[in-house]
This record gives sequence, structure tokens and C-alpha cells, in this order.
Amino acid sequence: MNKPTASPPTKIPSRDIKTIVNAGLARRHAAERRFRWYGLIAITLGLTFVVLMFANIIGKGYPAFWQTYIQVPVTFDAAVIDPQGNRDPQAIETADYAALVRAGMRQLFPNVQGRLELRALYGLVSSDAAHELQDRVLQNPALIGASQEVWLLASASVDTLVKGNIDRALDESERPIKDNQLEWVDKLQAAGKIEKQFNTILFTSGDSREPEQAGIRGALMGSFFTLLVTFLLSFPIGVATAVYLEEFAPKNRWTDLIEVNINNLAAVPSIVFGLLGLAVFINFFGLPRSAPLVGGLVLSLMTLPVIIIAGRAALTSVPPSIREAALGMGASKLQMVGHHVLPLAMPGMLTGSIIGMARALGESAPLLMIGMVAFIVDVPKGFMDPSTVLPVQIYLWSDLPERAFVERTSAAIMVLLAFMILMNGLAILLRKRFERRW
Amino acid sequence: MSTTAIETKVALDQALDLNTAPRKQSSVEVTDYDNRQTVGKITVDNPKMTCRGVNVYYGEKHAIKNVGLDIGANEVIAFIGPSGCGKSTFLRCLNRMNDTIPICRVTGQLRLDHDDIYDKSIDVVQLRARVGMVFQKPNPFPKSIYENVAYGPRIHGMVNTKAELDDLVRESLERAGLIKEVEKRMDEPGTSLSGGQQQRLCIARAIAVNPEVILMDEPCSALDPIATAKIEELIDELRENYTIIIVTHSMQQAARVSQRTAYFHLGDLIEVGETDQIFTNPKHKLTEDYITGRFG
Ligand SMILES: Nc1ncnc2c1ncn2[C@@H]1O[C@H](COP(=O)(O)OP(=O)(O)OP(=O)(O)O)[C@@H](O)[C@H]1O
Ligand SMILES: [Mg+2]
Repeated sequence: MNKPTASPPTKIPSRDIKTIVNAGLARRHAAERRFRWYGLIAITLGLTFVVLMFANIIGKGYPAFWQTYIQVPVTFDAAVIDPQGNRDPQAIETADYAALVRAGMRQLFPNVQGRLELRALYGLVSSDAAHELQDRVLQNPALIGASQEVWLLASASVDTLVKGNIDRALDESERPIKDNQLEWVDKLQAAGKIEKQFNTILFTSGDSREPEQAGIRGALMGSFFTLLVTFLLSFPIGVATAVYLEEFAPKNRWTDLIEVNINNLAAVPSIVFGLLGLAVFINFFGLPRSAPLVGGLVLSLMTLPVIIIAGRAALTSVPPSIREAALGMGASKLQMVGHHVLPLAMPGMLTGSIIGMARALGESAPLLMIGMVAFIVDVPKGFMDPSTVLPVQIYLWSDLPERAFVERTSAAIMVLLAFMILMNGLAILLRKRFERRW
Repeated sequence: MSTTAIETKVALDQALDLNTAPRKQSSVEVTDYDNRQTVGKITVDNPKMTCRGVNVYYGEKHAIKNVGLDIGANEVIAFIGPSGCGKSTFLRCLNRMNDTIPICRVTGQLRLDHDDIYDKSIDVVQLRARVGMVFQKPNPFPKSIYENVAYGPRIHGMVNTKAELDDLVRESLERAGLIKEVEKRMDEPGTSLSGGQQQRLCIARAIAVNPEVILMDEPCSALDPIATAKIEELIDELRENYTIIIVTHSMQQAARVSQRTAYFHLGDLIEVGETDQIFTNPKHKLTEDYITGRFG
């Protein structure tokens, strides 16, 4: 604060502050307005694309939630199901239910003759119809001998036709559905024997070559098991690492090195983690391919850095005054962290973890490397069963030409997006719920 | 525009010059730390804490330079001095809060009763239970008022039953003069109180563990005069049972609450003595400059 003793009075500007400010005011306001416009344009553009994307996906995907069924009169002929007449469960299970379906179809159109014609007629219902009948009989053996009107799953091409996605004007050879089939479907529709019902199959069965039988249950369970492994591994390890690095580790070159590495890991392309998983977990440790356990391990590697970074940010945001208060009371370091810092940082950590998990849920590239891309019909029941995950299922279906798979692809995307929105909503809720309170 | 503005400015500059002129002359540089003598008597008959040859370094920076000082039992001693002179630093040596700063290094001898507080056999947990601290900014935990006060007794295992804890919390709040205001809202967060109430809550929290010494680093700097008066009153009452060290920027406050005053300057303990004597008859030129407001 050494003032020159003989400082002359500083030059006072000729104009007063009011005029100076006024002169620049218009420019400042203009700049502000411009900036607001840029922001508005950016947001509108972004929103437009979001709306377009959603409109496209929902428009394509929502028909997949309905599925066409045909009402068929079925006679549960004892001679077919149980020729011995002793109700042997084994025999009942292996009986030729497809024959019952065929008989039912013939009953609907008694005039159809000839092998080819009949084949076309039988093609109206899905091959799954036989399973449906088998299920019914196994559940209720009293049905044997009785007759019943049963809603049977229509084949994918009938479904597509009913949903209005087949151009009748096309030449017969270019249509998946032939002229005679068209005629039958029209007749059935006129008789009220065709109905669209909610597509439970989509949510209850695994993948299939037949679009009308394909569902996302397998992929959903695969995603669930994979994410469970990911969460169980990456959350505790990530939180512990963040706490150790932030609160306990000495600040030296080693911890700096670790920090730099963690930050770099967060930026590594996810497919690299897939390669790593393939080399380490499958080739070295000999874990099975396509297993959710391996998928979870790989995704943990990918999610860990995200959780650690979010956790450390949450920890640093706890004000030092709280730490000083705790230490000043004679709390040990662990007590300080456990009683005060961690509870305050937890919402932030959870938010970071959920966002990391949402990213893991949408990840497909690393899982391709470890074989979770196989065609798997059975719904996985555990961490070792071969399975696939939702994004990979979407990828697989998007490759298939059938119209029914196209709409299923979009439906699966909708389900995936719903989960993403759910998870992000949860993160926001947590953040709101535990708003900073100091 | 106005010539008056120019005149005012010139007048202001001159006024400032008048103030700076004597300051330069009085800047006595203290360089020979080992042989420097703190003016006044650093010892007391009945010391609670004794500090000898204390040096504190922040990395290369020498923040406390060879300070020796006794803190008497059941006395209130005030640390005063210009900003950055090391009052807080020295205060934080007394309960080893400086340990939390990695680059901070403390040498010299500091004793509480007869224990060397920087000795390896002393656990900081125990030390900080014996030497409590109240910070400049009120920093209640973001928990209920009750939990704030109960925290210390809980972690140190001072009570066995809930009833005992309840009593202790009530008693501490009462001694901090806060009980009337919070009696009905013990479960509300401590952060929902006003600044002055929060600071008294922090004092209640500190005395709940029944420490021997209480360190206060500018406890009233964020408070209005009424809250300040309440806390000063409280300090006066607490003196009966505790030894209190208070850092303050308010000369009046130091004069009101303390029996002894220590004046720090650039890491040196320049002068220490009876508060009356320091404020009426300072012996050192630097102390006089500071007291008379020609400084900092
Ligand atoms: N954590 C730190 N790291 C490095 N230097 C520090 C640190 N804390 C304090 N110092 C330095 O030590 C010196 C003394 O600081 P201190 O906080 O003790 O001053 P003070 O007397 O309490 O000041 P004030 O009245 O403004 O609170 C200052 O020069 C400051 O820059
Ligand atoms: Mg200070």
C-alpha cells in the first residue's frame, strides 16, 4: 500500500459515468438478446430432433404391442392326444397337437382341398399354436375329448396384413401372403374371427426365428442379471475407491498417477473393455461366453471410473467446515467420513452411479466381444446362462427384413428408452430429495 | 462536470497520505527471531498450556516464528493482530487442527498440563476432546439440534443411557444460553437456526464433551451486535470452568472479555500482558500503532 506521496489527482474522464455507460448500453443489450436467440435456436433444434426420434420410434413400434389372433374351433380329440386312454402324462405331452390345429383350420374352411392349398391354410396360424393347445391340455386334462373355440396366434404375415402393412395391389409373387390366403383372412375378418390382442408374448418369451413368437423377455433378464453384477461390483468398489483417494490417500506422485489413469479410463472406448474382458475373463479365467456374469464384469470395468469420478466430485463438494467441525469435536478420520462426509456425499454418488448404470444398460459394443450377441431362445435363469441384452437384441432384430421384426425393433427401443428415462428420473429424484442442506 | 468531485478526491488523497506517512517510520523490522524478546511477561503462575519455541511452516512459508507463551488456567486470553499475522495458525496448533493441512509443519514444545501434545503417545482424538474449538463461521452439522450437541458425547462414549444423554444435551444448551430458543425444536436441523443461534449451538456442542480448553477463532465475526453481546456474556460465564483462547479483530471485544491479550505481527508474538495494560499503555511501538488504529 505504498502510495506515491506526491501523486497528482488522477485524470477525471471528461464525461461522467452515466453517459459512458449509456453509450455502451445498447451494444450490451444487443449482445444479450443475440445470445438468448442462439440459446433458443439450439434448444429448439435439439427438441425437434428428440421429438422426431420419439415420433419415429413410437410410430413404428407401437403396433408391436398388439398381435393378431384367429378364433379356431378346436376339438381336443382323445384319439390324437391320448390314444391309449390311460392319461399318461408323457404321452399327453408328446402328442401331435399340430394335428388338432390343422383339424380346426379345416373345420373353418371345409371346402379347401389339395396339399398346397391346405398348406397355405395351415400357414395362417403360427407354429406356436400347437404349444398353446398343449399348454391348455397339460393345465387342464379334463379338456380331452371336449371342443372349444380357441384364439390362436396368427402367423406374422397375417399379422402384418391385418395391421395394413401389406400392399394388396402387389403381384402375388411379391407378397408374403398369397391370393387364397388373402381371401380366407378377409372372410375370417368379416366373421369377426380375427382379433388384435395385447401382445404378451413380447414380454414373456425369448428370441425366436418366427417374428410372432419373438419377445424381449430373454434380453430383459439378461440385461437385469448383467446390470445386477455391474452394480454389485462397481458401486461398492467405486465408492470405496473414491473415499480412499479423496479422504485418506496421501497426495503424492502415485495418487496423481492413479487419478490421471482413472480419468483416462473413463474416456476409453467401451469396445476396448470388451476386448479386455474377452482376454482376461474368458480366455484366461475360462468363464463361459455369453454369460451375464462376464458381461457384468466387463461393464463394471467400464462403469467404475465414472462412479469413482462422480463419487470424488460429490466428496469434494462437502464443505470443509463440516469436516473441521467433526475433527474439532475429536472425531477420528473414519468417523468424520462415516458420520458426516459420506451421508452428505451419498446422493451425489448415487446419482453418478445411476447415470453410469444407465450408460451400461445402453451399451452393446463390449458385449459383442464376449459373445452376448448369439441367438438365444431360452430366457436366462442365472448369471451363468447364455443370454443377450436389450441393446444387442435391438441390434440383432434391426438386421432382419421381416416387417414384424422392424416393429419389434422399435418396440424394444421403446422399452429400453423407458428404462433409461426411469433411471434418469430416479437420479433426478434423488438429487431433489437430498438437496444440499448446509 | 463538477469541480467538487475533483476537490473531494484530492482531499481524500491527502488524507490517505497523512495516514500512511507515520506508518512507514514505525515499521521496525524484526529479523533476529532467536534473540527477539516478546515484550511483557509470557509466563503465568498457574499455566494450563505452555508453548515454547513454537515455529510453524506452510511449506516454505514461516508463519509462526519462535513463539513462547503460557495460557493460564481459567483465564480468557485474546489474540489480536493484523490479518495474516498467524493468530489462527497459532490457535490451531493448540488442538493440532493444523495436522489436517498436509504442507503444515510445527516444531517446538506445546504442553497441555504436563503432556506434550505433539508427542507420539498423545492421540489427537483425545487431545481434541480436551481442547475444543469454535470456528469463525458457525458450522453446525446438517443434523438436528439435538444430534449436534449429542455428537461429541456419543463418539467419546461419555454416556450410557438415553436419559443421561438427554440431560447432557439440555445442560449444554442451557450453559450456552440457547435452551429457551430451541427447547421446542430439538429435532429441527441445526442449520435452520439464525447465525447467532448457530454459533451458540456450536459452543454448546463444544462444551458438551466438557473440554478443558476452548479455542475460539473470531467467533463473533459473522454476528450482529446483540448476538455478539450474548456470546461475550457466555464467554464470561464459561471462564469459571474453562480456559478460553479467543482470536478477535475487535479491540473492544478483546478489552471486554479477556484478562490477558497477546499481540501478533507477521508471525511474531510482539507483546503480551494484562489486557488493561495492553490497551492503555502498550510498551511496543507496533502494538501501540495497532491499538490506536494506525495499522492494518
Ligand atoms: N493452509 C495454508 N496454506 C498456506 N499458507 C497458509 C495457510 N493458512 C494460512 N497460511 C498463511 O499463514 C499466514 C498466517 O495465516 P493465519 O490464517 O494464521 O492468519 P490470521 O492471523 O488468522 O489472519 P486473519 O485475521 O485474517 O484470520 C498467512 O500469511 C497465510 O497466508
Ligand atoms: Mg484467522
